[in-house]
Amino acid sequence: MSSQPSPHPFYRNTLFTYVALLLLAGWSVLLTLLHLGRVNLWAPLAIAVVQAALVVLFFMHMSQESRLWKMLFLTVLAILALFIGLTFVDVLYR
Amino acid sequence: MNPTAAESSQATGRHGMWLFLFTEIMMFGGLFLLYATYRVRFAQEFDTSAQQLSLWLGAANAFILLTGSCCTTLALTALQRGSRRLAVALLIVTVVMGGLFLFNHYVEWSDQIRHGLYPNSPRLDQMAHGEILFFGLYFVTLGLHGLHVLIGSIVLAVIAVLVKRGSISPQDPVKLENAALFWHLVDVIWIFIFPLYYLMH
Repeated sequence: MSSQPSPHPFYRNTLFTYVALLLLAGWSVLLTLLHLGRVNLWAPLAIAVVQAALVVLFFMHMSQESRLWKMLFLTVLAILALFIGLTFVDVLYR
Repeated sequence: MNPTAAESSQATGRHGMWLFLFTEIMMFGGLFLLYATYRVRFAQEFDTSAQQLSLWLGAANAFILLTGSCCTTLALTALQRGSRRLAVALLIVTVVMGGLFLFNHYVEWSDQIRHGLYPNSPRLDQMAHGEILFFGLYFVTLGLHGLHVLIGSIVLAVIAVLVKRGSISPQDPVKLENAALFWHLVDVIWIFIFPLYYLMH
């Protein structure tokens, strides 16, 4: 499987992704302005995860990379999650 | 279809950049780890401290970096489609975005310094423990991130010159691809900094 970016790139895909990212950012600002209580603690972060996924997949062309590199990236995120998770196992029970 | 030698070498160059980005993720990840730990321990103080930051400056910075990311990606597409002048123009827009971002930080931080809020300030020392931690993490994380924006902007400016000269071409776009990857990572980090420091209250 070829591991190089598409030979026929379009501006359109990038622009669609950009608009989606702006809408998501706007949504998270709107949620904050609405003062929704507990929702304000997790919703902006959840939206951030979606935004990051869009940037990684479409701006950084991860969608066009081989499976190996997709897995490597997810592994790095898993290690970070483990890092943070195990710290909480410690810190939460002190 | 088997890759040619040139394609393989370009892929290798790009993948090397990804490996470096993995280390950057770990570095900022450490700062996010600290934030997570102390937010749980000092939830109320992190909440009230976050309210003191300017939501609109943070949002403006998010818009600025996302626009820069879009322009950088479009620049790569332009290069691949042979539109060299458009690619250079888009890269210049990205560099300008970087400059605007840093200007926003100048506005934000000079205002805070004027109010006595800076690392190790007497006013900060007298605040509650959780507030000291919030602002400490705020200055370190945003400072380190701002440094990355500065570096990314300078690198992209150099890349723009190389594209103009033709040293970076559709046949050898790796330097632009890698510089773009760096900028995108900086954008992703702000995508997380923005909600954590400006929105979660």
